[in-house]
Amino acid sequence: MIQLIAFYLFATIVIASAAMVIFARNPVHSVMWLILAFFNAAGLMLLAGAEFIAMLLVIVYVGAVAVLFLFVVMMLNIDFAELRAGFVRYLPLGALVAIILVAELIFALGAWSAGGVDLAARAAPAVTDKSNIQQIGELLYTRYIFLFEAAGIILLVAMIGAIVLTHRQRGGVRIQNISSQNQRRPQDATRLVDPGVGQGMEL
Amino acid sequence: MTETFISWGMDPNWAWGVATVAGILLIALPLMLAVAMIIYADRKIWAAIALRRGPNVVGPFGLLQSFADGLKVFLQETIIPTGANRGLFLIAPIITFTVALMAWAVIPFNSGAVLADINVGLLYILAISSLGVYGVVLSGWASNSKYPFFSAMRAAAQMISYEVSIGFILVGVVLYADSFNLNEIIKAQQGHGLGIVNAFGFNLLLFPLAVIFLIASLAETARAPFDLTEAESELVAGYQTEYSSMSFALFWLGEYANVLLMATLNAVLFWGGWLPPLNIDLIPWFDIPGIIWLFAKILFFFFIFSWVKATVPRYRYDQLMRLGWKIFLPISLIWIFLISGWLMLTRYS
Repeated sequence: MIQLIAFYLFATIVIASAAMVIFARNPVHSVMWLILAFFNAAGLMLLAGAEFIAMLLVIVYVGAVAVLFLFVVMMLNIDFAELRAGFVRYLPLGALVAIILVAELIFALGAWSAGGVDLAARAAPAVTDKSNIQQIGELLYTRYIFLFEAAGIILLVAMIGAIVLTHRQRGGVRIQNISSQNQRRPQDATRLVDPGVGQGMEL
Repeated sequence: MTETFISWGMDPNWAWGVATVAGILLIALPLMLAVAMIIYADRKIWAAIALRRGPNVVGPFGLLQSFADGLKVFLQETIIPTGANRGLFLIAPIITFTVALMAWAVIPFNSGAVLADINVGLLYILAISSLGVYGVVLSGWASNSKYPFFSAMRAAAQMISYEVSIGFILVGVVLYADSFNLNEIIKAQQGHGLGIVNAFGFNLLLFPLAVIFLIASLAETARAPFDLTEAESELVAGYQTEYSSMSFALFWLGEYANVLLMATLNAVLFWGGWLPPLNIDLIPWFDIPGIIWLFAKILFFFFIFSWVKATVPRYRYDQLMRLGWKIFLPISLIWIFLISGWLMLTRYS
């Protein structure tokens, strides 16, 4: 009973907040609705018994990706009048994308209901005494090891690319050298002198 | 607790529900009281180190100071700036506060005393603490004011930077404990050091991680010396500048609940949680309830937090970023290699 209530609660909120992502006027509000959708999707994952995926969804998407979205969107200087002005111009393109998406959804649903695969086995978790993390780990590091490593290499290349693109050497900037600062002792910076009266001292 | 309610003649489903609600209240209410007292302790320690008296007027030794402050903010008017984004402005402190409470669900207070004994407990804490940044960022943006916005930018960058190295440190602990469940992690620490000491922190491989985790948890909760988000010399009061009354108090409570949570995580992950420090039964160590050991450790780490706050000057922003990305991140990454290599040689060969 409580699973049923939880499922419909999560599912309703996911769909409603996904709709609000599109309908919200303010992009920051859109991002907030998106975060709510992610969060409730994680709840659905929990109900399906995939607690590891659920936690990763929250950590990666809510904790990192959506923060970056929010960052970018908050920096934007949004002119609402201009946004609305472009609506008619982009309407045909938007409608085309929408039609394609709906068609794909219908195809997917049709294939799902006509499929020869056992319907009950598709959603039900496999019966083992091992925890979620162990199962995923065993699959990732044995059967899918090459795909996993390929993903790692792609991410590494992307990271290096991003660093190369943004890194530039700027001349004429004085950068703090912390180790040389730490090595500096009072003797290096001060000296004790005893000048005679009226002589002063050289600096 | 569910069994108790069933034995009182309740329907099992109802008993589970009642037990869960009772468990939540049993954690949340003492936590609020602890936060009030810990704010008092923080001010007293700070005052003692600065050779001042600290709060000493309200109640005996000033013990009721936090409650007086709470009553004061409760009676004040909630002011919402005209230019503010009303909804998000009010939601932001609620997010901070709720998130600070949520993480406590998986903290084990004794061998069986945990509200949600889930096998991804550590990931749950990471997930929940990564939500904390939204309260700060949203409050900065929704205030529609320059200094809070600067503060929000700083906070977001700071929390994300240090979360990365915290994540890697947790991987090291998980490798050693062989579990994500906090209770299992504590049990794995029993007799870890030569069969005598109950702590990962005394393991030479894990001790550097314990130190880094302590420093990173200071940064993650934006405590001094990493309190750049509310650096009063530059940003007035940071993201909470425009807040007043209860909306301010929620930030305040959430911040200290987070500090307590981080002190608890230090105790649980590296220093044995509810286990007594030594695994010897000469003195009746194990007869003392585990919750007392846990509280003693939490208070010890909180003392370190406020000690640091009273003595260490604030970092500059570029120094903060350098520490997080150029020192902690490489060290914690190398340590994962070291730990997994060591475990491959000794445990899994």
